[in-house]
Amino acid sequence: MASVTMTVNGKTVTATIDPRTLLSSFLREHLRLTGTHVGCDTSQCGACVVHVDGRAIKSCTALAVSLDGAHVTTIEGLASDGHLHPMQEAFREHHGLQCGFCTPGMIMSAVDIVNRKGAMLDEHTIREELEGNICRCTGYHNIVKAVAAGAQAMAATKVAAE
Amino acid sequence: MYAFNYQRPKTVRQAAGLLAKAGGDGKLLAGGQTLLPTMKQRLASPAMLIDLNQVDGMGGIELKGRNLHIGAMTKHADVANSHIVKTAIPGLAALAEGIGDPAVRNRGTIGGSIANNDPAADYPAACLGLGATIVTNKRKIPADEFFTGMFDTALEDGEIITKVIFPVPQKAAYEKFPNPASRYAMVGVFVGKKGSDVRVAVTGAGANGVFRLPEFEAALKTRFNAKSLDGLSVPADGLNGDIHASPDYRAHLIGVMAKRAVNKALGK
Ligand SMILES: Cc1cc2nc3c(=O)[nH]c(=O)nc-3n(C[C@H](O)[C@H](O)[C@H](O)COP(=O)(O)OP(=O)(O)OC[C@H]3O[C@@H](n4cnc5c(N)ncnc54)[C@H](O)[C@@H]3O)c2cc1C
Ligand code: FES
Ligand code: FES
Repeated sequence: MASVTMTVNGKTVTATIDPRTLLSSFLREHLRLTGTHVGCDTSQCGACVVHVDGRAIKSCTALAVSLDGAHVTTIEGLASDGHLHPMQEAFREHHGLQCGFCTPGMIMSAVDIVNRKGAMLDEHTIREELEGNICRCTGYHNIVKAVAAGAQAMAATKVAAE
Repeated sequence: MYAFNYQRPKTVRQAAGLLAKAGGDGKLLAGGQTLLPTMKQRLASPAMLIDLNQVDGMGGIELKGRNLHIGAMTKHADVANSHIVKTAIPGLAALAEGIGDPAVRNRGTIGGSIANNDPAADYPAACLGLGATIVTNKRKIPADEFFTGMFDTALEDGEIITKVIFPVPQKAAYEKFPNPASRYAMVGVFVGKKGSDVRVAVTGAGANGVFRLPEFEAALKTRFNAKSLDGLSVPADGLNGDIHASPDYRAHLIGVMAKRAVNKALGK
C-alpha cells in the first residue's frame, strides 16, 4: 500500500491505496466521483479525461500514486454555484450528446482546447484536437458545434467577470 | 495489472540503484502511455516500478551552441510548444505535435518513446534523421547505434536515458502518413540536412524498426530537392505488411513521404 495526497476539485484528499490504483479508479471508487467515465480502459476513447495541474490527461492511463501533490479537476469540478460551466451549457444547448457516456471526457478536453488555443476555434481545429475522444452516438457534428459555441461563451463569461 | 512494489526516487543515481536492486525485474515509469496499457494487458509484469516523475534534472529544453538538449522526461506537448525547439528545429516541434492526441502528448515523454522503440513511433525517426546522441547515466550512444530492432535498443540493464542531444540542422522536416485509427505512423519519413550531410530516416515501415535510406541520402546530397528522388524506389522486401498496408504500399508511401518531407524542409 502507498499513501497519496492530492487536491481534487479544490479539496485536499489523502488516502492509502494499492499502487496499482489508476487515477480513474481512485476518482470513481475511492472518492465516488463517478462523472469521470471509463469507456475503453485502453487509452483510446478519452471518456476518462480529467485535468491534472491544468492539463488534460487520460485518467485510465495514470497511476494515482504517481500524482502525489497534483491538482485534479474532474467534470464535477466545473459547475459553480449551481450554474453549469459555459462549455457544459453549450453541450446542452447544441445537443452535443445522446447517451452522454463520452460527454464528461469531451467537455474536459474541450475546456483544455480553449485554455490552449483560445476562443476562436474553427471546425478543423476542433476536430483535430478531439482526436483522442471517441463518441459512438452523435457522429460528432453537434459536439463540434457545441465546442465552438462553448469556447466563445467561455471568453464572454471571462470578459463579464473582469 | 499484477501487483508491484512502487518506488519514487529523487535522483538518477537512486533510480539506477533501485533498478540494480530489482535485478532485471524492475521497470522505469515515465509517462506511462505505453507501459501502463502493457501492464494492464499483463504483457509486462515488473516486480518493481520505479517512477521517474519526481527525479530531478531529467526535464528541460536548452540550446547549447549548435546543439539542442532535451531532457528524457520532457513531455511531447512541451517539445511541441517550446519556443526554443520551434526556432531551432521546427520539424522536431511539428513531429511532437503529431504524436497521438493532446492527452497522450501531455503525459508521454521523449525518453519513454525512444526507450520503447515502437516500430511505428515518431521520435526514433527524428533521432536517426538528425544524427542525435542519446545520453544515459552511463554513456553517450549515437542514434545510429541505438535503435537495434523492433522494440529493441542498445540500452543495457540498469541504463537510464537522461537526455537526447540533437545537432541543429540547416533544414529538416518530418512527414507522416498516420494510421487513421491509431495515429501511429504507417510510414513516417524524417529528412535532415546539416552542411553536406543529408539523412533520411524511415519509421513505421521496417520490420526491424526505424532505418536510413542511403540511396535517397546520396541523391539529396547532390541536390537537396524533391526532384532528386524521381525514379528512386525502395524494395518492399523487409517492410511490414499488415491489415493496414501491404509491404508494396508502404514502399510506395516511403517515396511519397520522402518527397513531401524534402519540400516541407525547403519551405515549399
Ligand atoms: C492513444 C495513444 C496514441 C499514441 N500515438 C503515438 C504516435 O502517434 N506516435 C508515437 O510515436 N507514439 C504514440 N504513442 C506512444 C506515446 O508516444 C508514448 O508516450 C511513448 O511511446 C512512451 O513514452 P512514455 O513516457 O509514456 O513511457 P512509458 O510508457 O512510461 O515507458 C515506456 C518504456 O520505456 C522505458 N523508459 C521510460 N523512460 C525511460 C528512460 N528515461 N530510460 C530508459 N527507459 C525508459 C520504460 O521502462 C518502458 O519500458 C501513443 C500512445 C497512446 C496511448
Ligand atoms: S477509458 Fe481512458 S481512454 Fe478510454
Ligand atoms: S453521446 Fe453516446 S458516446 Fe457520445
